[in-house]
Amino acid sequence: MAQSPAETLKTTPLIARHIAAGGRMVPFGGYNLPVQYPSGIMAEHKWTREHAGLFDVSHMGPSFLVLNNPSGDAEADHAAVAALIEPLICGDIAGLKPGQIRYTMLLNETGGVIDDLMVARSPKMPGSLYVVVNAGTKDNDFALIAAAAGDTAKLTRADNGALLALQGPEAVLAIAALAPGAAELGFMNYAPFEWQGTTLVIGRCGYTGEDGFEILCDANMAEAVWDALVADERVRPIGLGARDSLRLEAGLPLYGHDLNETVSPVEADLGFALSKRRREAADFPGAARILAERDGAPSRIRVGLIVEGAPAREGAEILDASGAAVGVVTSGGFAPTLGRAIALGFVPPAHAAVGSSLQVSVRGRAQTAAVVETPFVPHTYFRKPKAS
Amino acid sequence: MTTKFTPDHEYIRVEGSTGIVGITPYAQEALGDIVFVELPAVGKVLKKGDEAAVVESVKAASEIYAPVSGTVTEVNETLSGEPGLINADPEAKGWIYKIAIADAGELDGLLDSDAYAELTL
Repeated sequence: MAQSPAETLKTTPLIARHIAAGGRMVPFGGYNLPVQYPSGIMAEHKWTREHAGLFDVSHMGPSFLVLNNPSGDAEADHAAVAALIEPLICGDIAGLKPGQIRYTMLLNETGGVIDDLMVARSPKMPGSLYVVVNAGTKDNDFALIAAAAGDTAKLTRADNGALLALQGPEAVLAIAALAPGAAELGFMNYAPFEWQGTTLVIGRCGYTGEDGFEILCDANMAEAVWDALVADERVRPIGLGARDSLRLEAGLPLYGHDLNETVSPVEADLGFALSKRRREAADFPGAARILAERDGAPSRIRVGLIVEGAPAREGAEILDASGAAVGVVTSGGFAPTLGRAIALGFVPPAHAAVGSSLQVSVRGRAQTAAVVETPFVPHTYFRKPKAS
Repeated sequence: MTTKFTPDHEYIRVEGSTGIVGITPYAQEALGDIVFVELPAVGKVLKKGDEAAVVESVKAASEIYAPVSGTVTEVNETLSGEPGLINADPEAKGWIYKIAIADAGELDGLLDSDAYAELTL
């Protein structure tokens, strides 16, 4: 079991809590983080689906992009800051309402995904965006965004603080004790809340398919927030292992596995993230390729597979019914909720229809696999009832 | 009846000329929840160190190597439906396969319980 020496790993403000809770610490993205706690990945996964799981995601890259000289006109200032980041991504940021969060992608000139990220319009401060990027790519992402901001805006990293994710059907009950107003947030909205003299930036979002929240706070308050949440009997700490199995069941792609600089949003089945206004303007990086793929057929598409027998892991070949290699698994494992193996992978469109019979090669043996709808486990995101 | 261990955390419990092979409590603890076991075929001839079986946790697959040379005489079919038996009871109900030991002399090259305990301190 080769491991980097512990002293070369970064730690999050919650490391003492992980160790005290019996977390099995592993190197992950340059950080020392818990892969699981004593109850194990299966129990943690199921707990999150039935109650509420608390995850330390402080290794990710939260940041704020703020205009240097706002005019004071809220709409004009939002338009100005949105115009700085839009040339890098495919999302409609100008069109966000105050407090609204959008999933989008940083793209390269050939339409490949540099990273997937969340961009949100401040609910209170016109001309500022809350941006959260992935851990492994954050230095490059921040450099790209800061360069695009130039002298017009300043990108301030908040990744020296703590970012916690609270996910599951009972997350809303647990967050209500911390910040009652957060329980009133709509899905994909965020707002700042005062708590014990500090500001918590809370968004109703996450990456498990469950209703849930992400909480950004100062490093010196991280343990207090963590303690307040785990004091709720509905909340248990959850490690990286269950985090991965939860997002896989939710059919959500993971950067560096299902997404990389060669994969386009259309190939990744993330066409929903190509905003209408941006498509019509064709003004995002790689638009020529991406729009051609959207109108025609990409050479490969991300699909969900149900696998018979042993899990097919990342890198396993996907075969057609006659045994010819047609694609590759990019994420795969065991789905605790379903009690069977599932995978995400890329295949040509001819094999991508739901119900297509395929095979996967696991240790040299072909196992039956079938293309299914994703998510594998239905999302249960919170939807506000429409005002009558 | 003696039990010997490999540095890769397999045990072999010797009963006459047969060895019962599984993974140690230390190994099951390190792997976490086991969700799938690929058993060897009965009759398969293994050389010491050959890959004999695979146990898969939620996160990863781990190969189980043959501690000694021999022929697989029986496999624990119960694990196909209940792979978690390896977590719950690795040294008894969670055994993986039985092997007809070809060369008892190979057992001398394995660790005894004290040496294994020292390895996993």
